[in-house]
Amino acid sequence: MDQDIPKNYSKEQLARFFRQMTLVREFELRAIEERRGGLIPGFIHSCVGQEASAVGACEALAQTDVITSTHRGHGHLLGKGGDPKYMMAELAARSPGYCLGRGGSLHMADFDLGILGANGIVGGGFPAAVGAALAFQMRKEKRVSLTFFGDGAINEGTFHESANLAGLWKLPVIFFCENNLYGEGTPQHKQAPIQDLAKRADSYGFPGVIVDGNDVITVYEAVKEARERALAGEGPTLIEAKTYRYRGHYEGDPMVYRLPGELEEWQRRDPIPTFRLRLIESEIISEGEIEELMGGVQMQLDEAVKFAADAPIPLVDEALQGVYADTHDGLVF
Amino acid sequence: MTRTITYSEAILEAMSEEMRQNPDVFLMGEDVGTFGGVWGVSAGMLAEFGEERIRDTPISEAAIIGAGLGAAMMGMRPIVEIMFGDFLMCAGDQIVNQVAKARFMSGGKANVPLTIRVTTGAPGSAAAQHSQSPEAWFMNVPGIKIVTPSTPADAKGLLKTALRGNDPVLYFEHKMLYGDSGEVPEDPEFMIPFGKAKLLREGSDVTVIGVNIMVKKALEAADQLQKEKISVEVIDPRTLVPLDKETIIQSVAKTSRVVVAYEGHKRSGAGAEIAAMLAEEAVEYLDGPVIRVAAKNVPLPYSPALENYVLPDTADIADAVRSFWN
Repeated sequence: MDQDIPKNYSKEQLARFFRQMTLVREFELRAIEERRGGLIPGFIHSCVGQEASAVGACEALAQTDVITSTHRGHGHLLGKGGDPKYMMAELAARSPGYCLGRGGSLHMADFDLGILGANGIVGGGFPAAVGAALAFQMRKEKRVSLTFFGDGAINEGTFHESANLAGLWKLPVIFFCENNLYGEGTPQHKQAPIQDLAKRADSYGFPGVIVDGNDVITVYEAVKEARERALAGEGPTLIEAKTYRYRGHYEGDPMVYRLPGELEEWQRRDPIPTFRLRLIESEIISEGEIEELMGGVQMQLDEAVKFAADAPIPLVDEALQGVYADTHDGLVF
Repeated sequence: MTRTITYSEAILEAMSEEMRQNPDVFLMGEDVGTFGGVWGVSAGMLAEFGEERIRDTPISEAAIIGAGLGAAMMGMRPIVEIMFGDFLMCAGDQIVNQVAKARFMSGGKANVPLTIRVTTGAPGSAAAQHSQSPEAWFMNVPGIKIVTPSTPADAKGLLKTALRGNDPVLYFEHKMLYGDSGEVPEDPEFMIPFGKAKLLREGSDVTVIGVNIMVKKALEAADQLQKEKISVEVIDPRTLVPLDKETIIQSVAKTSRVVVAYEGHKRSGAGAEIAAMLAEEAVEYLDGPVIRVAAKNVPLPYSPALENYVLPDTADIADAVRSFWN
């Protein structure tokens, strides 16, 4: 990791990177706590440790760009501008949640922010991201789609079909792989015969780049470049961000598969404290300002949890709404 | 005003009319462009609309359907063609877990005006992976509509409704109906609403509910049975989801006897759902069992001798009707 902060970043932007990463980390820790406390009934697949990938990638996108996300999607959603209030309310299965309490962690979406949805199916989001990019290309809109996925999903058939189609049609799509070294409970090296997954891009006729997924600036720059390439009509890019998942595949995972010492080794490269140190040593932001940002995040999350806890539970009739747009006098049920 | 065109031409006409009046409509699929569709349905569309809107794709069913979903969610109105119903399983996750559920899971944020045109039925000696009628596989999946046109007019009117609607539709074209001719209205606004069954023939003794090509066979059986003084009413639901229960129940209230004919496998097929619905909602009208005439529960064989034995036909419907008095 390059310790110097490049000169072309404003203090405001760097502070935002830091704040967003902190928001993702603290959101996850709070959600885990609230799940234990009983506010949240469903699964949580936390992205603690991967904040730089999620935030760096989303910061490089425009609001009009779209993303598809994964099981481990809270960081992507927050990165793309998702409101912790509505996310927490959705996790708590309440009416004002992003999906009206119908989706939960695995299906959160906000089309106004370009979040086309997390996904409960590993590899399920690739084709839709390609289709969104096709729509942008056909309408000559200056927008891109970015599909987040993991080192597990890249072995799904949908990756091959989608990357091939996107490469063939030079669609404005960015394939963003968060290689966190585990696909569910099996290490990456037991799931594929290669460790550098970016190499696969070559067979689809577009570039594959490897970045330090724990360095928010490196991730940001790679996505920015891929986005410019896509908007110039040069087609997709596969970005492999090498990172690490601190917690289990899901909360409650006994993690029998983890190597001793591995977590501690990665924690020395934790994306948040390392970035904080760089900001302070470069004298861009003071300790006091950092503390202020962190305090603001805690307040925002306190409000989000309160909003969720006070929010109404959906009425049972709502279960029968919203399956179809056109209901043909209710006959579709 | 009407004129006589084929089922295949009716589908082409519906697609072309919608593409002329709405730039968001486009077609993609395997061999739909240069080839004109392996069934010839989209012949000439590439010349009229160009490669941008008539897109030949790689053989990648999951990507085709999933890309249709993504484009639809961004406001396009894609038509995707899957060459054989059997191949829908290659895109099973995309249809069942993504396309069908996108609106509900997202709390209504996703709008999915996606029409999946797909062929169904046995074209003769195409064997077990090119002959299936997979409609019922998807009847168990909330979120997707299932359309089964049996005539050129229905083919056009139902496809127009699909293309102007805002939900994902599986539109099943029977391979052995493509060449059938029939009267089709010229009016480009001619549309047939979903969930409205069609009464094709009035009768008083038995109701035969036919799905897709079995409507035609039910009408043939009704002609034969007329000579035996058995009066058969024939109903085509036209859409399996939504299902027009009211028209079916009204007919059963009159005849008290029901045969459901469909080309899919008998077990848990479309007719099983209709029979169960009648048992729940109309048992007081029934004077006997609801009889299903369908394919036997084996994979479809290659040999014509075997295939004809496995598939339901006109004689099977007639025999089922006669069985009420035997």
